[in-house]
Amino acid sequence: MLAYIGRRALLAVFTVWAISVLSFVIIQLPPGDYVTSYIAQMASMGSVVTDEEAQNLRIQYGLGQPIYVQYLKWMRLIAQGNFGMSMEWRRPVTEVIGERFWLTVVVSVASLFLTWVLALPIGIYSAVRQYSVGDYVGTFVGFIGLAVPNFLLALVLLYLGFTLFNAHIGGLFSPELQDAPWSMARVWDLLKHLPIPALILGLAGTAQQIRIMRANLLDELRKPYVVTARSKGLTEIDLILKYPVRLALNPFASTIGYTLPYIVSGSIIVSLVLGLPTVGPLLLKALIAQDMFLAGTIVLLLGVMTVIGTLVSDILLVWVDPRIRLEET
Amino acid sequence: MATPDVALGPTSASLPGAGAPDLNKQRVFVASQWQLMWWRFCKHRVAVASALVVIGFYLVVVGADFLAYADPNASEAQRSLMPPQRVHLFDGWRFGPYVYAVKGARDLQSFKRVYRPDPSEKIPVRFFAKGFEYRFLGLIPTTRHLIGVDGGRDAAKTVFLLGTDVQGRDLWSRLMYGTRISLTIGLVGVTMSLVLGVILGGLSGFYGGIADTLIQRIIEILRSIPTIPLWMGLAAALPRDWSILQVYFAITIIISLLAWTELARVVRGRFLSLREEDFVVSARLVGCSQMRTIFVHMVPSFMSHIIAATTLALPAMIVSETALSFLGLGLRPPAMSWGVLLQQAQNVQTVAISPWLMLPAVPVIVVVMAFNFLGDGLRDAADPYGR
Repeated sequence: MLAYIGRRALLAVFTVWAISVLSFVIIQLPPGDYVTSYIAQMASMGSVVTDEEAQNLRIQYGLGQPIYVQYLKWMRLIAQGNFGMSMEWRRPVTEVIGERFWLTVVVSVASLFLTWVLALPIGIYSAVRQYSVGDYVGTFVGFIGLAVPNFLLALVLLYLGFTLFNAHIGGLFSPELQDAPWSMARVWDLLKHLPIPALILGLAGTAQQIRIMRANLLDELRKPYVVTARSKGLTEIDLILKYPVRLALNPFASTIGYTLPYIVSGSIIVSLVLGLPTVGPLLLKALIAQDMFLAGTIVLLLGVMTVIGTLVSDILLVWVDPRIRLEET
Repeated sequence: MATPDVALGPTSASLPGAGAPDLNKQRVFVASQWQLMWWRFCKHRVAVASALVVIGFYLVVVGADFLAYADPNASEAQRSLMPPQRVHLFDGWRFGPYVYAVKGARDLQSFKRVYRPDPSEKIPVRFFAKGFEYRFLGLIPTTRHLIGVDGGRDAAKTVFLLGTDVQGRDLWSRLMYGTRISLTIGLVGVTMSLVLGVILGGLSGFYGGIADTLIQRIIEILRSIPTIPLWMGLAAALPRDWSILQVYFAITIIISLLAWTELARVVRGRFLSLREEDFVVSARLVGCSQMRTIFVHMVPSFMSHIIAATTLALPAMIVSETALSFLGLGLRPPAMSWGVLLQQAQNVQTVAISPWLMLPAVPVIVVVMAFNFLGDGLRDAADPYGR
């Protein structure tokens, strides 16, 4: 088991490294370097950056040196918790991202949680009551969930909420608590606003998980051990939850790793449509303004967050399935 | 939408017309693999219907300029944000579609433009009417369009099946042209990822060993990265002064850069399972070259799986492009794609006043569903001996 987790952790480290390289590429892509855009920025504000200051900045970021040296310098700055300056906001990137990053984590985890909570019982139900009305409804909703891109779903729900109930369903906080300091009331407000974005984000994942759970469980239900258990006189609910569901859970758990990147990806666009105060709108603005340190940092943080989530789900998988635990490959 | 297919359960026979068993059995024994697949595919009614829908969409791609009746770039401030006009099919008892002329005026209180149909003036809608000039199939210059009105550029004498956008451009015509770009970008992208996926997946599956481990790790890494932020970063870095065509290809490359993994996985899986099959071993034993073993003996036996996987990869491509363009990072106006059209529906205030701006979402959803069902059907059919 330790070997398995070790291997997964090693892969996670590699992934983080790949993500950091890609984020660095994003920072490097636009023509010119950070300092030239910084000088232009300052000039447009009416202040002048002296040559000496520019020189200092260049040295700090190692500009003008070979690319890999610049990358290493960037990594070293990050290790010290310095993600660079946001040109647009003229504040350290960490300050700009701050709360938004944690809200992104909250929204993503909430929709992942919702995905499981919905997919598990619905999947079990559609398998046990195959071809019942509930099964058809579940499968139909599942297909819709898979086919409708989540930002369009958000748009449609926003419109319906606006026209039918005259309510604005977007946002994560009520207007009066938008900028308030954290308090119980604000947390409660967040919890009240969370379900709709979480549902929109999680729908595609849920649909997929329902299909996987249903297919797996249907395979298991036909096996002889189920008949044996039934003939022993176990009640149906005990029987299903105790044996086939446990077995069917395994492929279910292994796909969670792919669900999280999908949710995080989706949260970027959905946040824009619903006006959620996550890093999504910030990333878009940063990219359009070519505020590359901010953009690169957001991509990096999102990537790292996904990798950690995937690692956790991998470990969860080992815990659920003893076969993987014992397999020494 | 119909419920997913039930008739294809494990018990249902995959032969057409099970009424005459003997004759049918013979037909099945002599049928080619493709024939078996075709029969099996035809059993999957939802997939067949989806195939027709997809074909319909690609006909729109071919004939976009014939189906459009107004120049998609012609803007007119006098008819900005006009709601869809109702087409009356019967004039009295006679078939003669017409629309009422529309009078636009500014509401003095809200300062919005409001449009009111004027029942006193009927504008006939004609088939094969003359409109703007274009080249049919890119070859034949013509001015005929499927429908149109005789009004020329008079702002009051027009037909707008789906209304107009902020600049007063006809949404229907723009949708037709948008279909052309959105659907071809998927095709080009999927071709690129197919090439990458088959080469890398093939290497991985056929040779195994270090190449396999390396490629599998790369795929795992790519799959655990949230794609949209990455795409956004790459797309935002495209130079602003690139032409439509350059941006188009750049976006396809960006999208397919990360989309090949699924195809590579399918190809690898097939290679792995075929490598030890008797017919492959015997091909090797009789001295076929490696190239011949792969391309003459192995590839044809999983061709159908690749086609199915490709079909399933297409909708993801289309959605990706739509999402990027919707954010303003993909294709940019004057290019037209579904995502570009949806940009106008980004905020809820606009949409609440002019809900028809959301209509480009409909073809996205329909085509994605159709491709998904079609892909499912193809995947089932790809293995005629499967069940």
